[in-house]
Amino acid sequence: MHNRNNAMAQRPLSPHLQIWKWGPHMLVSILHRITGDGLAFAGLGVLLWWLGALASGPEAYENFVGWMWADWSALEWSGAAIVHSALKIVLKLVLIGLSWSFFTHLCSGLRHFVMDMGAGYELDLNRFWSIASPIIAIILTSAFWMLLLFR
Amino acid sequence: MGKGTSIGRVRGLGPAHHGAHHWLVQRFTAVGNLLLVMWFVASLILLPNLGYGAVSKWLSQPAAAVAMVLLIISTFWHARLGLQVLAEDYIHTTGNKFAILLLLNFAAIGGGAFGVFCVVRLALGAA
Repeated sequence: MHNRNNAMAQRPLSPHLQIWKWGPHMLVSILHRITGDGLAFAGLGVLLWWLGALASGPEAYENFVGWMWADWSALEWSGAAIVHSALKIVLKLVLIGLSWSFFTHLCSGLRHFVMDMGAGYELDLNRFWSIASPIIAIILTSAFWMLLLFR
Repeated sequence: MGKGTSIGRVRGLGPAHHGAHHWLVQRFTAVGNLLLVMWFVASLILLPNLGYGAVSKWLSQPAAAVAMVLLIISTFWHARLGLQVLAEDYIHTTGNKFAILLLLNFAAIGGGAFGVFCVVRLALGAA
């Protein structure tokens, strides 16, 4: 917008991100956007890969699981296999990150629902829930993986 | 109606009554996502294991297949709306914004269609 013409380019820009003192409200706001975009790109991508593998049969499904949630014991650490093993560990982290993103987006989304109704704008209350939502999300993520892995 | 500034061209025309549509649908799909993804999360935890046999048997059932189709529609729609806001916030060139929104619509509808087809194929026993 600001490079539309020279006259506009000369106008002062509003203060940008780096000059503000960070507060929990800013953190929870940008986390909502980052986790939402991460879920949109990576989350829906993994979901489609999973569904595509399911629809293609057991072999494709094994291939999906082998990449996204590889057995630690099956990872090889010699020659070119090192690259594959490293990628498989990254993909494990991606999957955990996606679950964290979901619960974070869920909690900050619920906070938005309350604020959409016009409630929760009192300074202390608003500050409390902007700190609480990402913390609740981490607790929910941990609970999810504990239930999933130790059922 | 003036011909000068953008505000001058629309002043006096009254509201189009579409202003809140995007905002509302984002909330509707958010509630859909809340219910459907919580169902998905609970199902993953309750399945005996996440191997092909258990998962495909579960997702072939009519109720689970329909819920998954709804989940795909709700999440892709919600993602499409959210990414539109992202593009509108950060892309300031009209042409680029148009191109990105075009690609976004193709990706959201194409991706959603692929997901729905996979569930239908699995549920109807072709896989």
